[in-house]
Amino acid sequence: MYRYVINRLLFLIPSVLGVIFILFLVMSMTPGDPARILLGDAASQAQVDELNRQLGYDLPFMEKYVRYVYKMVVEQDFGVSYFTKQSVFEEIWPRYKVTVSLAFIGIVLSSLIGIPFGIYTAVRQYSLWDTIPSLIAFFIAAIPSFVLGMLLLYAFSLQLNWLPSYGIESFSSFIMPALAVSIPPAAFNLRFTKSSMLESIRQDYVRTARAKGASEHTVIWKHALHNALLPVVTNVGMSLGNLICGAVVAEKLFSIPGIGSLIVDRITYKDEPVIIAGTILISVCFTVVMLLVDLIYAYIDPRIRAKYARVKG
Amino acid sequence: MKNDLILDIKNLRVIYQTDLETVEAINGIDLKINKGKTLGLVGETGAGKTTTALSIMRLLPEKTGKILSGEIHFDRQELLKLSPLEMRKVRGNRIAMVFQDPMTSLNPVMTVREQIAEAIKLHNANLSNDEVDQRVETALSMVGILPSRKNEYPHQFSGGMKQRVVIAMALVCEPDLLIADEPTTALDVTIQAQVLMMIRELRDRIGTSMLMITHDLGIVAKICDDVAVMYAGQIVESGTVFDLFTGEKRHPYTQGLFDSIPSLNTRSNRLKPIQGLMPDPSNLPKGCCFAPRCQHCMDICINERPKQVIEGTHTLLCHLFADSSAAPAPQEGE
Repeated sequence: MYRYVINRLLFLIPSVLGVIFILFLVMSMTPGDPARILLGDAASQAQVDELNRQLGYDLPFMEKYVRYVYKMVVEQDFGVSYFTKQSVFEEIWPRYKVTVSLAFIGIVLSSLIGIPFGIYTAVRQYSLWDTIPSLIAFFIAAIPSFVLGMLLLYAFSLQLNWLPSYGIESFSSFIMPALAVSIPPAAFNLRFTKSSMLESIRQDYVRTARAKGASEHTVIWKHALHNALLPVVTNVGMSLGNLICGAVVAEKLFSIPGIGSLIVDRITYKDEPVIIAGTILISVCFTVVMLLVDLIYAYIDPRIRAKYARVKG
Repeated sequence: MKNDLILDIKNLRVIYQTDLETVEAINGIDLKINKGKTLGLVGETGAGKTTTALSIMRLLPEKTGKILSGEIHFDRQELLKLSPLEMRKVRGNRIAMVFQDPMTSLNPVMTVREQIAEAIKLHNANLSNDEVDQRVETALSMVGILPSRKNEYPHQFSGGMKQRVVIAMALVCEPDLLIADEPTTALDVTIQAQVLMMIRELRDRIGTSMLMITHDLGIVAKICDDVAVMYAGQIVESGTVFDLFTGEKRHPYTQGLFDSIPSLNTRSNRLKPIQGLMPDPSNLPKGCCFAPRCQHCMDICINERPKQVIEGTHTLLCHLFADSSAAPAPQEGE
């Protein structure tokens, strides 16, 4: 098991290298350069070339790639922003923490809302307790999170004046962004849990449990639920990607200083160091979450556990 | 006489109702199983065998399956009138069931010990954990599995072993009636024989009665005392094994089943199946259900439902014998 975890963590190295490579490649293929954007249209081409050289932007992309990786590994230096001339890491880290906590709240909240409702609607299939939550979930799943965010803003900030409409000064300013990022995945979790639960309720081993004389409660909560949760766990982990996308929108909408909105802003400036460092941090976060999901999966599914045991031996 | 019966089903009718159609799965069947005896329920896929078993267990799909009429007497209890709680005490304790596919009938995330122990604890709340463990081990060794493997999960067992576990689970409370729903269909032939012999031995040791659902006449000959042949939700022929295998009169469907078994003694290049398909159970013919496939089909067969012909222990549902037995009318005379 430990060996498996270490294997997976080691796998982070090639994936991060791959991420950096792809980013440099994409950057080198897109038009525009940071010096022109910084100096404006009035500057002469010679000035632009000179600034690009100073920034290190004019190097061939393979050389940039190797230099970047070297600096990152040996000096733990993510470089300096083309745009603000500040250390990238210092610029990014506080924003990264904000985004990760928003996404984390999103995962927890969407699971806490989606999974229990999913189970409940499956158990009460075809009753009102099923149709109404399912219909609401269906509706919400179709609303983009920025629309939802604007509706929340309108209701709670503009009309009711209960919650601040921007910033991260207090706990209360986190409420609306958290809702905006977690409600759409919650609706998705509900639908996913419901279908997974319905499927496992129909399985033969559930009938076997009933044939043993087990109560309906035991049948559902012990036999059906445990099996139904297996795909749900994976799904929750996968939803992190969507949550980070949702977080970018929420950051913009609620003026939260997060990493997503920072990256989006800097893409227009071709601020390579910031874009790359931000993306690396997000992909590391994603990989670690997927590893956690796999470990949880192994914990709850003996068949997967057996597979890891073989990796060990 | 009546006290000898462990199971007595009278005029059971079951339908599956969906928004689209009504499937007449069981159309008024009568079944009797004597204490300590084994009844074989034979018929092709879709004849209603499993539905019969699920009706006895009252495990029909809740939303669609409906028991329209009939009585199921089990050892002086009327099962259809029991409350869900009372029924749960019967299930697994007094009537146990072995399902068709051992690959899917065990919970993949629970150890074998947990699953067998669950059956014990449900019906013996007073046992201590050690006693339960003891009984799990006894049950496993009874079906020929090393008790040391009790903490393993179903995926670590082969198909035949899984079916043994399922059987151990069914027999661990020593039920009065064991319903075995094609217990060997999913297994390969050598394992089939092993499992069948084991079922027979355990049945004799525990003294349980059994309803053996199968489509294999060989299994019937080996294990059963009585047989009922089911076709399109009806019992078309029933009697002792001797009535069926050696009797003079045979329902054309039963005859077809026998004929479809390939024989080693006569050389033939082709198999002899029963021509045609079973009628659509949502749209049964108005006469005899087997008429469209029957070689002896007469006008009356198409228009009128046949009546039961009773000759001692042997009953037939066919116009062919209604005529002939109408002449030597006294039925008890045989």
